[in-house]
Amino acid sequence: MKSAFTVFWKEIRENLRDRRTVLNTLLTGPLFAPLVFALVINAAVTRQLDKAEKPLEVPVVGAEHAPNLIDALKQQNVVVKDAPADPERAVREQEADLVLRIPGDYGDAWRKGEPAQVELIYDASQRDAQGSVTRLQRALEGYGQRTGALRLLARGIAPDLIRPLVVASRDQSTAQNRSGTLFGMLPYFFILGGFIGGMALAIDTTAGERERQSLEPLFANPVARGSLLAGKLGATSAFAFVTVVLSIVAFSIVGHFLPTEKLGMSLELGLRFGALTLFVMLPLVFLLATLQTLAAAFAKSFREAQTYLSLLMFVPVIPTMLLSVFPVKVQTWMYAVPVMGQQVAITRFLRGDLVTPSQLGLCFAATAAAALVVYLITARIYESERLAISG
Amino acid sequence: MIEVSNLHKSFGKVKAVDGVSFAARDGEITGLLGPNGAGKTTTLRMLYTLMTPDQGTVRVDGIDAASDPLAVRRRLGVLPDARGLYKRLTARENIAYFGRLQGLDESTIRARSDAAIQALEMEDIADRRTEGFSQGQRVKTAIARALVHDPKNVILDEPTNGLDVMATRAMRTFMHRLKDEGRCVLFSSHIMQEVAALCDRIVVIAHGRVVADESPAQLLAQTGKASLEDAFVEIIGSEEGLAA
Repeated sequence: MKSAFTVFWKEIRENLRDRRTVLNTLLTGPLFAPLVFALVINAAVTRQLDKAEKPLEVPVVGAEHAPNLIDALKQQNVVVKDAPADPERAVREQEADLVLRIPGDYGDAWRKGEPAQVELIYDASQRDAQGSVTRLQRALEGYGQRTGALRLLARGIAPDLIRPLVVASRDQSTAQNRSGTLFGMLPYFFILGGFIGGMALAIDTTAGERERQSLEPLFANPVARGSLLAGKLGATSAFAFVTVVLSIVAFSIVGHFLPTEKLGMSLELGLRFGALTLFVMLPLVFLLATLQTLAAAFAKSFREAQTYLSLLMFVPVIPTMLLSVFPVKVQTWMYAVPVMGQQVAITRFLRGDLVTPSQLGLCFAATAAAALVVYLITARIYESERLAISG
Repeated sequence: MIEVSNLHKSFGKVKAVDGVSFAARDGEITGLLGPNGAGKTTTLRMLYTLMTPDQGTVRVDGIDAASDPLAVRRRLGVLPDARGLYKRLTARENIAYFGRLQGLDESTIRARSDAAIQALEMEDIADRRTEGFSQGQRVKTAIARALVHDPKNVILDEPTNGLDVMATRAMRTFMHRLKDEGRCVLFSSHIMQEVAALCDRIVVIAHGRVVADESPAQLLAQTGKASLEDAFVEIIGSEEGLAA
């Protein structure tokens, strides 16, 4: 036990002296992801808000054929611009989001009371233009309906007669639910944080030590290999854990600067969220550190270990991707699957949904059990004769 | 006192060690001489319990290595073929790490480190990080680290490998000092001159087997040759893999 602590402190001290490891695991790892995430979210939110509030610029062909329609659009905060020479081409080449064309026979049809046609030229594959297209469509339909109602009234008919059905939308999502969808990727950042945080040490303490030829002298000491392994795993887990804690703290801070309330969302990023997230992440950090050490123990060199671990990094992505592609209902068994359990639980914490103590316990216990199994396998590998021999 | 009897070790079909027996006594320097690939390193690795023999026994001060490997390692100071240091730690921290793993208390570690640093004349590098150390400085640090627990038995695998003339001389002086302190010193080498100059006893290994176990004088008498070099060639049967 004492030897395990000796190994632990030596690995910690040695790796704290490696500036690159410290920067990567304690600064870049935990801070890079939330910052990028915040920037992306901020930009997306701001752009959506901009589009909703800003005057909508619409190039119009043949505006002179429908002065009343143009006036009505201007009241809806639409700015009418001169149209490009070839509207279809301009939209295809993304020089314009959309173009409105009013044909020359618009006035005749209107006066005769026939449906007057206007053309909306847009590209449905341009998601960026969707908001503008929808806004203009609504404005045009609104104008049509108002005019229709006035015509019916002029003929003494109640306009309600042609509206037999009214749909009232009742959205049951709470403000926190909506932010949960937006932040579905967040658990992955925590899990990835733990992975990146432990990576440098997992390699350094096994494959790196063998490559530097210091493993054989180390094994010549009167210390059981299990104790050496425990110390090394402890150090790897400690780095990974610090990375996770920093990720959570960074997210809690960054979350407050996100303009989520403008979208009618609220995030549960308080102390409770932090504590619960740490609780479910704790066994996962140990599981990942042990998996990394196991993979690195098989590698003959530092480089080989890096390759193995980069491949291993895709494993925690799988449940995240599955859950975002097939958004199935959360079921209790999911808490028993390491990584998926954390993913589900953290998403629910964030949405302010309830996770029962038994589900929490299941998540913790199942991941801890998996970690123990991997630890026992790694310990067996550590006992093998070939592990120490370099070259 | 290190006693080895009938050691066998194979890697797949290759018999690396094929029935090696010898004894290294306290207060003597025993040299394990043999061409490259003769099985010296594998034999030593079984002595410090890094490898388990397929057959045969190792005893250190009467303790069986198979039944109590930790006790055996406590009685051994080992400079293995692989002698990597932790380059982000200073020489002194490297020594102290092994001292703690040997279970020594901090004041003992400090006293032993000071003594070793003085004996190996490495005061100028003791508090520097070992990154960028010369080969000689690295070997000195590795030896100080291996002997921090004041072991009765010392195993050195090719200790002068890669050292320049001055460092080699210093190493030989140091080995004599270990002998004079009454320790059992066992080292391997493929350099005849070195073995001849240092050893009280020479164990010649070739093809995984002991082919001679004598004092240098006896070796000459047995082969009837005038020089040790000729004697070795006679015993081993070829000049392959030996360096003068």
